[in-house]
Amino acid sequence: MKIALLADIHANREALAACLQHAQAAGAERFVFLGDIVGYGADPAWVVDCVMEHVQRGSAAVLGNHDAAVVHAAPATMARAAREAIEWTRAQLTPRHLGFLTSLPATLSESDVLYVHANAWAPRAWEYVLSSTEARQSLLATPCAYTFCGHVHEPALYHMNRNAQVSGFLPVPGTAIPLGRQRRWLAIPGSVGQPRDGVLAARYALFDTASTALTYFELPYDYQAALAKTLAAGLPPNIMLKSPRLAGDRR
Amino acid sequence: MNAPNESGMLIDGFRLKRIIHRGNMSELWIVTRGDISMPLVMKMPMVTRGYDPAAIVAFEVEQMILPVLSGIHVPRFVAAGDLAGQPHIVMEFIPGISLRTRLADAPLPCAQLAAIGGAVADALHDVHTQHVIHLDLKPSSVLFREGTQQAVLLDFGLSRHDRLPDLLSEEFDLPIGTAPYIAPEQTLHIRNDLRSDLFALGVTLYHLTTGERPYGNPTTVLGLRRRLYRDPVPPRALNASCPAWLQEVILRCLEVNPAERYDTAAQVAFALRHPDQIELTARSERRSRDSLYKVARRWVRGVATELDAQQSAREDLLRAPIVLLAIDLAQESDQLSDMLRASVLQLLNANPKSRLACATVLKTSRIAMDAEVDAAGQNLHLKHLIALRHWAQRLAMPAQRVTYHVLEAPDAAAAIVHFAQSNLVDHIIIGARGSSKLRRYLGSVSSQVVAEAPCSVTVVRLPGHGSAEESMPDC
Repeated sequence: MKIALLADIHANREALAACLQHAQAAGAERFVFLGDIVGYGADPAWVVDCVMEHVQRGSAAVLGNHDAAVVHAAPATMARAAREAIEWTRAQLTPRHLGFLTSLPATLSESDVLYVHANAWAPRAWEYVLSSTEARQSLLATPCAYTFCGHVHEPALYHMNRNAQVSGFLPVPGTAIPLGRQRRWLAIPGSVGQPRDGVLAARYALFDTASTALTYFELPYDYQAALAKTLAAGLPPNIMLKSPRLAGDRR
Repeated sequence: MNAPNESGMLIDGFRLKRIIHRGNMSELWIVTRGDISMPLVMKMPMVTRGYDPAAIVAFEVEQMILPVLSGIHVPRFVAAGDLAGQPHIVMEFIPGISLRTRLADAPLPCAQLAAIGGAVADALHDVHTQHVIHLDLKPSSVLFREGTQQAVLLDFGLSRHDRLPDLLSEEFDLPIGTAPYIAPEQTLHIRNDLRSDLFALGVTLYHLTTGERPYGNPTTVLGLRRRLYRDPVPPRALNASCPAWLQEVILRCLEVNPAERYDTAAQVAFALRHPDQIELTARSERRSRDSLYKVARRWVRGVATELDAQQSAREDLLRAPIVLLAIDLAQESDQLSDMLRASVLQLLNANPKSRLACATVLKTSRIAMDAEVDAAGQNLHLKHLIALRHWAQRLAMPAQRVTYHVLEAPDAAAAIVHFAQSNLVDHIIIGARGSSKLRRYLGSVSSQVVAEAPCSVTVVRLPGHGSAEESMPDC
């Protein structure tokens, strides 16, 4: 079965639509939303509706720190722009939406796979997996062979051998990477809706459970439309839309 | 502890027939499965015989890389079983002769050496274009397909794919490779330079030329790293019949700094197929090793620290293309010649590591062997070669980047395409002829080249000699 991994959508409707369409065409039968469904972007209601629909049809979602901030309160440590977006987002959502976000689990494990937004060692403390060190900490905190997480917006792949040595790898979009069962893996598909590395593209990954191959994708989408809506809503124009570079320019 | 494998046993649907190799790292069995007609071989790592982490990771790497390789220079992947059960890889069994068996015959005649070296370089280039650096090339990992000159590469357990995680990168403290063949940069844990494979090819050619290994078979890390500062005895000092050009190729492959080797395996193959075109340097005349004073200086300076690793095998190849310029000396007008030169220079200047092969076709009769001497008593081949060199003079390219070829053939387009195929050419530049009268009878050479070439083709056309004429049906 092919599972689409979608992290950090951040209420970006255009980016999510591009990923879902691509994943369906690629044969995805299941969708797992890895948290931060909302926050920053201009379409929280549409995006939550979309995720709810998928979850009702058997897909799954876990809670992100922005989702938690919307239903509870934005923590004092959160950046000002993010806090403003949280307040605005809460006003856009119905009690049904908020109820759905509240119901999301922090982690979800299915057979050999762990889904979590930030990391496995303290899922609700929202610490980032930024290097092999944190990847190792996370991999040692779960018995699962595969950890799929988000929170970090750039795609990354870490692998750990049986001596608990961890290496990192920068995935190339479009290449199927076999995640061998001889070691443990932590994969970050990259953000659907809010890239932070200057490439204006929507990221997601597809995991094929039969071949245990993971493929990262980097898709073009109408980011100008997303930006226009963000500005029109009076939201702080976020980092994703500041860069003049286009998808694909990096290479 | 698993029971030993025996013939007749069934593993993941494959029936073990007979064992063909039993080594420290793995066993090789001929196997069959009802639904597969091609001959198969199963490779099983020896994980049960003591715990060897290197064998396990190498097996993991091969399981990852072999399925993504294709073409005639690698065995076809069929199936794999992981460590949860009996680990194995099943692949096409290729009947053939291991290059290892030829070591006993060393020194080999140099024509044979060049053919072997060219074939292995072809195979390496093919694998490099598929993003893979072998990193453990040695005679026992090269097989010649029975009855052919095609080399097949085996054993990708230490290889690296530049788009897949390198499972070996942080695994071991010791350098990963086979002692006699490992490149100097590999002893420093650099695993992303395709020119490491050219070093191993150089060691292999050295061995076949002299009957000796250039760096022996060291068993310590310090011994391995000696090749960073100690140069080998030049082949001609060990085998007087080794020609200067062969020593040039071998010692260039064995340069400590990868930047001083050939840039690509295609360039090595090209050199070995055109020995008369090799630019001989001081390397070709060396008769003894460097003085201890020089070696000591190299050691102190630490050549190692200057090594500059490359990032991606595929991207390196894109930066070092072989460009073929096909010229019709009789037909090209001055104007078209100027445009051809301009196009060539654009391409060469954009890629400082590129090579240019200038070729012209000397038409021979399909029926009779042409007289080699024209009416005025001149050797036609030589005459063409001189004209070709003269034509290319105005490119003002350094001699080591340009070669010249007069192809004798009845069919110009076929000759150009064949040359491109057998020399791993990346890009052909050819002029489109304006005069259509001749072409109406002969067919357009450029359009046939475009249709049949194995690579990119740039057709250079004079303004105003465009499509109306070009679209005339060829008779």
